[in-house]
Amino acid sequence: MPSYVSKPTPPNQDKRWKLVDATIRRQGQQQRGLIETLHTVQEAFGYLDTQALRYVAMSLRVPLSRAYGVATFYHFFTLKPAGEHTCVICMGTACYIKGAQQLLDAVQHDLGIGPGETTADKKVSLLTARCLGSCGLAPAVVYDQEVAGKVGTPAIREHLKKWTTA
Amino acid sequence: MDDRMTPEELEQIAESEREAQSQITQRVNVCVAAGCLSCQSQAVKDALDQEVTRRGTKGHCQIKGVGCMGLCSEGPLVTTSIVSSGADGVHKAVHKEVLYKKVEAADGAAILDSLDGPPVARLVCPTDVPFFQRQKKIVLENSGIIDPERIEDYIAANGYTALIKALTEMTSREVVEQVTKSGLRGRGGAGYPTGLKWSTVSKSVGTQKYVICNADEGDPGAFMDRSVLESDPHRVLEGMLIAAYAVGASEGYIYVRAEYPLAIKRLRNAIRQAERVGLLGSNICGTRFSFRVDLRLGAGAFVCGEETALIASVEGKRGTPRPRPPYPAMEGLFGQPTLINNVETYANIAPILRNGGDWYAQIGTEKSKGTKVFALAGRVENTGLVEVPMGISLREMVFEIGGGIPEGRKFKAVQTGGPSGGCLPSECLDMPVDYESLARAGSIMGSGGMIVMDESSCMVDVAKYFMDFCMTESCGKCIPCRVGTYQMHRILTAIGNMNATPQDMKMLEELCDLLKHTSLCGLGQSAPNPVVSTLRSFADEYRAHIEDHKCPAGVCGAQRAEADARAKEREIV
Repeated sequence: MPSYVSKPTPPNQDKRWKLVDATIRRQGQQQRGLIETLHTVQEAFGYLDTQALRYVAMSLRVPLSRAYGVATFYHFFTLKPAGEHTCVICMGTACYIKGAQQLLDAVQHDLGIGPGETTADKKVSLLTARCLGSCGLAPAVVYDQEVAGKVGTPAIREHLKKWTTA
Repeated sequence: MDDRMTPEELEQIAESEREAQSQITQRVNVCVAAGCLSCQSQAVKDALDQEVTRRGTKGHCQIKGVGCMGLCSEGPLVTTSIVSSGADGVHKAVHKEVLYKKVEAADGAAILDSLDGPPVARLVCPTDVPFFQRQKKIVLENSGIIDPERIEDYIAANGYTALIKALTEMTSREVVEQVTKSGLRGRGGAGYPTGLKWSTVSKSVGTQKYVICNADEGDPGAFMDRSVLESDPHRVLEGMLIAAYAVGASEGYIYVRAEYPLAIKRLRNAIRQAERVGLLGSNICGTRFSFRVDLRLGAGAFVCGEETALIASVEGKRGTPRPRPPYPAMEGLFGQPTLINNVETYANIAPILRNGGDWYAQIGTEKSKGTKVFALAGRVENTGLVEVPMGISLREMVFEIGGGIPEGRKFKAVQTGGPSGGCLPSECLDMPVDYESLARAGSIMGSGGMIVMDESSCMVDVAKYFMDFCMTESCGKCIPCRVGTYQMHRILTAIGNMNATPQDMKMLEELCDLLKHTSLCGLGQSAPNPVVSTLRSFADEYRAHIEDHKCPAGVCGAQRAEADARAKEREIV
């Protein structure tokens, strides 16, 4: 058991830690609130870095190894900041059958990055999703939180060009 | 509201809502579920709202955001109807119902004009087609009709009456009896009899029991649960409340995918509303029954659909399964008896209690009762959400409801059950869709994803796709699954790249058997299913890849191998 009793102080003065603290309180500072708290951190900061993981682990009194284990187990959590724009290509079965692989190949070729990576200029992050549930609109792509349906290779190339040249 | 809601007060809410609705003579319902929203249906609704305000017809013309209408591929969907009071002044007649497809914001004025005249011909979507006619809606009865963000609308549509009936007229044992009588089986995929599960949990001894709703819809190609949650969240809450009463639980969790932000938002809203009117909380409806429910967001792990992994995840841990027994019904969340059911299972509960278990048992086949919601997608004309009675044939699903294969291509297979299911060839088309028949044919019912493939899909590539899915989603706890899926994927990639040997095929078959019998949880046990079912029905395609170095569908080959190699190179760098 960790030896401290008092609540740790946030890593810095950033106001967003208040949101994190609120979640921790709502979960009664219980270990079971780990995933919920990590969700709040990611929502507030965009990603989970070491100092955030350390703070959450100490606040909930779980070993840092467990917090890290949970953060890396689930695909939804990311330990790296995302680029300015994100492009998520759905690789669900319906999208795959309708040519999502060709979209992914085209984007990988154009940007020179693989899924889960960000371009060197930090402009675009490329991600893949298991299934967005927008199977009726396959193949689906999410450009910065906005779902676009029935996307073709020319359309995705054009959209990305707007981001990379802007 | 400070004092608890009584059944009479609930009736009052329903009455005043029906009264308010009776002022409306013209209804325009706009689908605001995720499918149509991504086709800009919010803009359509806003435009209609503005137009009604401008015309000053707000008093009798209502623009309502509603849940999924089913035909997602043709969105945004809008329905209009005229309501007139009958001769007695009480009963209302709804007529001139028109469904519009692919509506744009600019069409708002034309649609409002059509309420007093003929429909807008260029936007009309015919509803006398099998896609709509062959459906039987129980789970989706409110979808596309009520506003999912208003509890009053749900109450006016007989919402929460089943809960009141259970609480005031029935003992918990009688509730379990009705569910058992209905023959309802788990809609998450395995098809375990719901009544039996409820009765086990109710008999288990524990200081605190839990009810969990599994809304971690991980199967790619399945979106039924998302639609139900987005279109009718209160129905799921009502099902959970009844379940909690039946098994004696006082706390519950809904484990929902973080990838479904709209479903999360509507669930949160629904929980708040139910708490406000006292349908959630302490001493519900003045009885001794109390129930609280909280959301838990999944974080993108397919294995968390497995019940023991889901429980670990709700406890804030890595979502890894554990051996069963003990089953969650005896020892589940925090070591206490726990009832876990799928979204669609809970959505079936309220109508079963309202109409009785016998009524439900009349629908469907001998062993698979009731209806099932399917998400129809892939190479088929009509993609979207359909609810059909169990026992309908695959041919009816694909060619009548689905409208057949587009561009005059030939049907090849239909994939059911996601990565745990199998591909059914054309020989299986006349088979009825029920738990047993699908299992006999080498697939499973699964959660209800149904993906149609035509001749442009290569079955080896499809098997490889699902194996890639299982490989990356394997939690790594047990070796057969962690290593086995990797090895199977390696062999399937070799076959796709035309450099596999007949020995590889033998090894592949052995691995199928190994994974099925030695994996810890359902993920590993069912991972070989896509391979087994394609090997059984499409062995010639595998042979063509290995012996003739050809891909009959033209998917695999040099180009694919090159792209894979490029991706791999990047991984190493």
